[in-house]
Amino acid sequence: MRRDVFQAIADRTRRDILMLIASKAMTPNALAEHFDSSRQAVSKHIKILTECKLVKQEQTGREIYYHFNAQRMKEVDKWLEPFRALWEERFTNLDIVLRNLKTKKKKS
Amino acid sequence: MKTTEEKIMKTTINKDVVNNKMFITREFTGTVEDVWNAWTDPKLLDQWWAPKPWKAKTKSMDFREGGRWVYCMLGPDGEKHWAMAEYHKVVPQKSYEGLDAFADEAGNINTEFPRMNWKVTFKPSPEGTKVEIEITYSSKEDMEKIIELGFQEGFTAAHDNLDELLAAKK
Repeated sequence: MRRDVFQAIADRTRRDILMLIASKAMTPNALAEHFDSSRQAVSKHIKILTECKLVKQEQTGREIYYHFNAQRMKEVDKWLEPFRALWEERFTNLDIVLRNLKTKKKKS
Repeated sequence: MKTTEEKIMKTTINKDVVNNKMFITREFTGTVEDVWNAWTDPKLLDQWWAPKPWKAKTKSMDFREGGRWVYCMLGPDGEKHWAMAEYHKVVPQKSYEGLDAFADEAGNINTEFPRMNWKVTFKPSPEGTKVEIEITYSSKEDMEKIIELGFQEGFTAAHDNLDELLAAKK
């Protein structure tokens, strides 16, 4: 079954899961420790995230690790875009202010 | 040809969901003194703090520990959004910390919107100055609100583009 990515990340717990495994791959146990809900509930979320390809599962030795599929997220990484755009624009403005300060100093 | 001064600097944004934090890092081609002044002198701050087409306008600023900055974001149609910052710790040309909140014109905090604690650090770097911003939200809900707001806006923007595309096809 194909899952809708936007529907998948509209859920808060699933966003938390993504943000956690984005910093490092995790085993099901390590991941479940971060949540109050049951391991079953967490694995249900993982199943949805796997179905829409946001999470990849890889076997390393005897353990399964959940990996964040950054490529897939790039396609839908809209949530942080306005936040990023705001800061990028601010900083571009600040670059101009700094350049003007430098020019002023040279003149005086 | 592009000069080194026009080199594009990279902004990095990281989030730490467990501790309700966001980290923003950027380098600037300017001395620590200049960059510090740009962040703490209202005349300079007003020139860059607002994204276009908005303008930042300082009503009052008292940059010292316990002091406040009351300012508004002025929209293209004259609409105003007031905000305030309260400075809790100031280490000149190194760092400052404080509270950032939505407010009214008198600087009274509007508690319906997320409040944030800020720490801004200035360090000399090969390019000039490295600025690190650490934003801590007072709760997981507040951070969620910001992320959700962004998510919705991104979604709306995508829809607007789609509308334009459809209109052009007619």
